[in-house]
Amino acid sequence: MEALKLELKEKIINILNLEDVAVEDVNDNDPLFGDGLGLDSIDALELIVMLDKDYGIKLSDPKEGKAIFESIETMSKYISEKRTK
Amino acid sequence: MSRQNIYIAHTNCITPLGFTVESNVQAIEAGTTGISHYENADLLPEPFYAAIINDEVLDREFAEISSAKYTRLEKMMLLALDPVVKASGVEFNAKTALVLSTTKGNIAALNGTDEVPAEAYLQGLAKNIAGFFRFTTQPIVVSNACVSGIMAVSVAKRLIQSGLYDNVFIVSGDAVSKFVLSGFNSFKAMSAAPCKPYSANRDGVSLGEAAAAALVTKDSTYAKAIVAGDGSINDANHISGPSRTGEGLVRSIESAMQEAGVTSAEIDYISAHGTATPFNDEMEAIAFNRLALNNVPVNSYKGYYGHTLGASGLLETIIGLESMQHNRVYASLGYDEPGVSQSINVIAKNEDKEINYWLKTASGFGGCNTAVVFKEVN
Amino acid sequence: MAGTYYISGYCSIQNSRIMLNGEEYFSAPGAMFTDFAKQAYKYAETDYAKFFKMDNLSKLSFLAAELLLNKQPYSSNTALLFANASSSLDTDVKYNESITDTENYFPSPAVFVYTLPNICMGEISIRHKLYTENSFFIFGGFNAEFFANYAAILLDTNKAETVLCGWVEFFKDDYKAFMYLVSKEGTIEHTEKNIQTLYLS
Repeated sequence: MEALKLELKEKIINILNLEDVAVEDVNDNDPLFGDGLGLDSIDALELIVMLDKDYGIKLSDPKEGKAIFESIETMSKYISEKRTK
Repeated sequence: MSRQNIYIAHTNCITPLGFTVESNVQAIEAGTTGISHYENADLLPEPFYAAIINDEVLDREFAEISSAKYTRLEKMMLLALDPVVKASGVEFNAKTALVLSTTKGNIAALNGTDEVPAEAYLQGLAKNIAGFFRFTTQPIVVSNACVSGIMAVSVAKRLIQSGLYDNVFIVSGDAVSKFVLSGFNSFKAMSAAPCKPYSANRDGVSLGEAAAAALVTKDSTYAKAIVAGDGSINDANHISGPSRTGEGLVRSIESAMQEAGVTSAEIDYISAHGTATPFNDEMEAIAFNRLALNNVPVNSYKGYYGHTLGASGLLETIIGLESMQHNRVYASLGYDEPGVSQSINVIAKNEDKEINYWLKTASGFGGCNTAVVFKEVN
Repeated sequence: MAGTYYISGYCSIQNSRIMLNGEEYFSAPGAMFTDFAKQAYKYAETDYAKFFKMDNLSKLSFLAAELLLNKQPYSSNTALLFANASSSLDTDVKYNESITDTENYFPSPAVFVYTLPNICMGEISIRHKLYTENSFFIFGGFNAEFFANYAAILLDTNKAETVLCGWVEFFKDDYKAFMYLVSKEGTIEHTEKNIQTLYLS
């Protein structure tokens, strides 16, 4: 799962245009939204697209996203279980 | 500083409910919705609700005024503006302007290649419309998200008051497209059923399409109303979500009311934006409460027309003007249980109401808001 | 009666070069826009991470406004009056690509939100806390007459104390921003002729 976590960190930085953030800056359990990386509602929607595009996971209810996208840790757990790509 | 009265006269609209103002009002009185269920993979991979104009009806009606080739949106706009121009008898000279408002214009003309066709440029669209009627002035295009239609009224009024023009025709329009459907869908902002403004279980917009037209003028002869005050103030908060305190909408309404010389107590009716997204409707409720407008009868027309984007501000103004003319307000179609945190007076069924002053509001992406106060002409 | 107003500052951005009040502020000769914009952002010591989420039109507008609003006095009641020829087509074309291929259909919300020209004004309003009049117009080309007239209307009717006028055109790496501040105080008289001269300079 370490490879997936690293991959997710790289993807998030890239897809969400987090310019001055390096992979080393993102800790597995840091909150992604709110104070942590400061992601907002549009970022959450982009992550939903990423789940579909890169991992074949379709999230029908965006509210589920809150728990899934809490941290890199929660994201990688969810993706490992549900991925179809 | 007192300025001359500017009027709105001669209106028309092209919608799924009809191609005249009268037929639209009749349909609204009867509680008819233009929103239907669609399964069309060319527009969206999954089924959706939207209010779409019938192509056969559109083409048949358009054939009455021209056999030349125009895009679907252009046909809608030309059909909207044609009767307004004819009824006005206005001379087309340097003091006669055209303001066109749209969010996406002929976006469907983008064909996926690198080349962008001329009509996909908003001035390309405007030239096609202006050319049909032979305006001699360069058309002015307003493209300011979903407030465009009502902002066009404000712009027209300001231009005439300044003395630049005597008459300004406005035409507003947007068409349902794959481009916009996919975008709203990616925002998870589309409702699973016909939209329910201000309701507890509201879950998003139903998109719609329409064209609307009107004449804004300093001539009072055929005036339906005085454009008494207007304001278009930004939320300065977020580019896609409205301010939680309704900051921009509050200030826009204040600016409009101050200019019109009225207080909240004198506003008899509000035609609000009411898109039925959780955030928009909540923001409006907060804004109206902050301004002591919470008891004023308010409705959204989105349940009849869907969200017609660049057309919505003008289309809904035109219906609001009919409400004032007939002293009758219409139900906020789609509304069921109250669903905003601070209560507002949503019109649940059609009723008679004397209207001397009413308020049109709209809000949109980019944090924009527009408010206009209309006054009865005696 | 219409008042007399004055331009207090102006900024132009094109061909990877920023001019402020007639003098070069920054340039990155030959740089593509994305790179130029990043360099300009850093050169101006800007601290605003959201910049990197913006589309081209918003970055262009943001940079011009950033310089003017940081270096010239302006009232908190500063309206935004913007226009261009291409609307948001630069981003529209990009968004359209994300939905054209039915086999690879992934509409992007972060791109879609920028498919409206007025978003660039929203970004500036947010950055500078401007709870003010905003409107976006489309013309075939730079329209000095309209800016002269409409900015004056906003000032005459007290809808604003200062107006930030902006021509912000961006389409496929062909871009130009011309922005100026106008109010009762300034050095250059706000006339159609002067606006046109500054635009071309």
